[in-house]
Amino acid sequence: MEWFNQNLPYFLAGISVGGQYALIAIGYTMVYGILRLINFAHGDIFMVAGLIMVYLSASLPIYISIPIMIVATVIIGFLIERVAYKPLRQAPRMSIMISAIGVSYLLQNLALYITGGLAQQYPAIPWISDTIEIFGSVTKRVTVITPILTIVLVFALVFLIKKTKIGMAMRAASKDFETSQLMGIKINSVISMTFIIGSFLAAVASLLYFSNYTGVVPTSGAMPGLKAFVAAVFGGIGSIPGAVIGAFIIGICENIIKGMGMTTFSDAFTFALLIVILIAKPTGLFGEKVTDKV
Amino acid sequence: MTKKKETIINVALIAGLLVILYIMEQLMNPTDMIFTVLKKGAIYALVAVSMNLLNGFTGLFSLGQAGFMLLGAYTYGILTIPTEQRESVYQYFDGGIVQFAVPVAIGILAAGVVAAIFAYLIGLPVLRLKSDYLAIATLGFAEIIRAVFQWDKLGPLTNGSNLLRSYPTFKSVLFPFIVSGICIAVIVMLINSTYGRAFKAIRDDEIAAEAMGINLAHHKRIAFTVSSFFAGISGALLAMYQTTIQASMFKSAMTYEILLIVVIGGIGSVTGSCISSFLFITCSEWILRFLDNDTYIGDFHVPLLRSGFRKVVFSIIIMIIVLFFRQGIMGTKEFSVAGIRNFFVRKSNKEKGRKLQ
Amino acid sequence: MKKKIVSVMMTAVVAAATVFSAAVPAFAADTVKIGVYEPASGDNGAGGKQETLGIQYANSETPTVEIDGKEYNVELDIVDNESSTDKGPSAASTLVSDGVSIVLGSYGSGVSIAASDIFKDGGVPALGVTCTNPQVTQGNTHYFRICFLDPFQGTVLANFAKDKFEAKKAYVLTKLGDDYSAGLGHYFTKAFEDLGGEVVEETFPDGNSDFTSYITSAKNAGADVFFAPTSTEAAALIIEQAAAQGLDLPLLAGDTWDSNVILKAAEGKDVQVYVTTFYQEGGNEDFDNGMKEFINSDSKNLANNGGDDTIAAVSAMGYDAYYVALEALKAAGSADPAKVNEALWDVTYEGVCGNVQFDSENGDAQRDTAYVKTANTETGAWDFVGEQGVE
Repeated sequence: MEWFNQNLPYFLAGISVGGQYALIAIGYTMVYGILRLINFAHGDIFMVAGLIMVYLSASLPIYISIPIMIVATVIIGFLIERVAYKPLRQAPRMSIMISAIGVSYLLQNLALYITGGLAQQYPAIPWISDTIEIFGSVTKRVTVITPILTIVLVFALVFLIKKTKIGMAMRAASKDFETSQLMGIKINSVISMTFIIGSFLAAVASLLYFSNYTGVVPTSGAMPGLKAFVAAVFGGIGSIPGAVIGAFIIGICENIIKGMGMTTFSDAFTFALLIVILIAKPTGLFGEKVTDKV
Repeated sequence: MTKKKETIINVALIAGLLVILYIMEQLMNPTDMIFTVLKKGAIYALVAVSMNLLNGFTGLFSLGQAGFMLLGAYTYGILTIPTEQRESVYQYFDGGIVQFAVPVAIGILAAGVVAAIFAYLIGLPVLRLKSDYLAIATLGFAEIIRAVFQWDKLGPLTNGSNLLRSYPTFKSVLFPFIVSGICIAVIVMLINSTYGRAFKAIRDDEIAAEAMGINLAHHKRIAFTVSSFFAGISGALLAMYQTTIQASMFKSAMTYEILLIVVIGGIGSVTGSCISSFLFITCSEWILRFLDNDTYIGDFHVPLLRSGFRKVVFSIIIMIIVLFFRQGIMGTKEFSVAGIRNFFVRKSNKEKGRKLQ
Repeated sequence: MKKKIVSVMMTAVVAAATVFSAAVPAFAADTVKIGVYEPASGDNGAGGKQETLGIQYANSETPTVEIDGKEYNVELDIVDNESSTDKGPSAASTLVSDGVSIVLGSYGSGVSIAASDIFKDGGVPALGVTCTNPQVTQGNTHYFRICFLDPFQGTVLANFAKDKFEAKKAYVLTKLGDDYSAGLGHYFTKAFEDLGGEVVEETFPDGNSDFTSYITSAKNAGADVFFAPTSTEAAALIIEQAAAQGLDLPLLAGDTWDSNVILKAAEGKDVQVYVTTFYQEGGNEDFDNGMKEFINSDSKNLANNGGDDTIAAVSAMGYDAYYVALEALKAAGSADPAKVNEALWDVTYEGVCGNVQFDSENGDAQRDTAYVKTANTETGAWDFVGEQGVE
């Protein structure tokens, strides 16, 4: 029992962080499924969502800020695709990836300029940020909400992809980009939709993540972004359930490693895992089995 | 123009450049910003060319450059700190376990060799991966290397996460130019050899290259190892330039910067990488700095100018180049005397044609 | 074709920039430049800005200096070292190339050590304001400092932990790759163990924002105090998460935590925060009033001070540093950096943070007391706890 009490906080933190990574990872995995692009800027969109919330909440009530923040993030995600990726659709894959790195660089520098390089305090969101007690360990309510909300959102997303027309178009596009175009699928709106969904989930993730870890800096998105990407690869890139499971595994492992006192390697572990997966089973855990690739 | 003649002209040009640098150094204030820019530019030129060898000439999209620079910088630092200084540098680790110092030249060479050995070992599993998977795996390796070097159990060797300092550095701007120049010349020779032609064949079409009898794994490994060797040397030079090093500075952001230099210069052009690294460093370190200061022209407060604006402008320029001028400055062409002559000859021919009409 | 456009564009940018830089008005001949090498962004941006504010206030108060019978205008040349050891040296080069007579800074020891050789090669003396790591001045003759050192501060904190909380076990959390953090953590550990205590040490990597595991580990280790010499950025997160997890240990930290960022993070939360610092508000009324007025006079100053007019100790130190620099210029009788360097050894100055006098070995100010403050979570201000020295 004592062991349980001592280690429960690590698991709680792991599950919570895992849920946040999962929401970001979905954005990576969907974009990669269709465009074969590692959207390096995705982590930075997550950071920008955090900053938007900071600035909105300074002048507006929280409940109005949240929807505006989500809409603004979605618009930014949509615009980035239109401006920075769409013109390069026929270009070699390396070019579009470099463009993604460029966007990431731009977003970070813009954030640096606007914030003046200082950490911004994320607003406390009532109810979510309250402290609660679970089995004797004290934590914020958001820790518990995150995994539940993540799973709900993932089910909604899977439903969208399986049952709706746009979902069918997405599946078609990820199976065969060219042929789906020939079949009359408006590929540009499918891609835009992918970015919109990805940015929406990143906005939700930023809300949960920054409620827990309340400082927003221009590089806040880089590490969660990279880890979420690793989660996507781990689960089998293109597969949504894979990304979610991968994210939870990474989140929990990371916190267990910290709990063991090997904190120097908590980030390195994620990358080591990535390399082992890439070499041993490049398709990831669910890369082949799951057919509903997006 | 014959090939021999061109070589002679190129050698003469380089010698002329060195002489000009030497004269500049004698006449001007040695602390002038221009020397800072030239030194750093020369170092970045080398690492950009080494990255170009992989990304531009062999078609291997690797993002591990910062990791190999770290290896080079640390190898150089660890081996060359004078023994009497070690006590104060390794103050938390009782002077460290390395209790000898090697001459600078050997230190630089060792920096390259260590980076190359690591690259060879990393390359064994990683080079089987394709395009973006390779990119993310090499990026991951760079991050792992960084974490390992910060581990305090390795402190007696690496000084943990603390600064390494007090190793020999260079004063003259000629030093980085000569070392980088020699290294770049070696890379150019490699590119022009049969190996270089094989690299280009792999870049253009792996399957066709294999069908022609090129050993893919072997050639990729050579390109990766050689590129890392020179990245290691540039790491050592960077360590000398900065006078102190720390594992935490070799972040993936550094690799991205180098990649952007390569892109601006033109993927697949050695001279392009050199030109763009000087441009990049000049803009980011020197010329655009005015964008960071509040400025008044008369009583008019110039809007937007404040700390951080330089980087915004800079990243917008980069995005414009990435989106609209994908060829960069040089494309895949090289800067050469013959090229310039042709450029002017063509121009004057055109003018002649116009006059005739 | 496109290629040419790029080259033309590039040339245009370079040309425009050159013209622009040239357009910045040339200064009159009677100007002496003091370089300010401080972080304005990155981890230590908040503290660096406050330190710079103190220097700017001193400059606005005394904008001229009489050197060798002639009145000079003092111009501050402020650069941003971005709190990073790889960007710092090029910022330092800018100062050297601008021809400053002396450099003040920096907040943060790592950047100071990283730029030390640049100043040395440029022949410019530097005056550390709040860089507390011994390595900054050790073994060189051009870097001076006016604050106390980490071996002293670490011992003070260890004594305080022992005296006040009867602590037997301390949890020490430092940041990887941060010389200040690693150094202070090291000296605290040494002093605390010498007092018969036990220490559990952990580090967190750059860019980490999840401190819940560390807080859990501290609880599990059964520590009596939680010592975290970190930047304010990490500090805010640690306080927030410690409160959320109901950590009932006192949080102990060094001079960096003396900042209104900490006060804001702690306000209204159930945490105990204790810091050692250089200056306690109320120590010098004239300075306090003047400084507050200066902060409130301009919205930009207010923003740089973190949005309110609480006086940070680093501002007071920056203020003192500026006057020490003026004393050095006067004593040198010249704006020549080499002469200023020589003159610095014998400079003495009675500042708002106490007396400044350099020892003859490393050029460190001799300081033997530190102030201990605690964050009042109800009023959002610092409460004075006492002075603590080393026996």
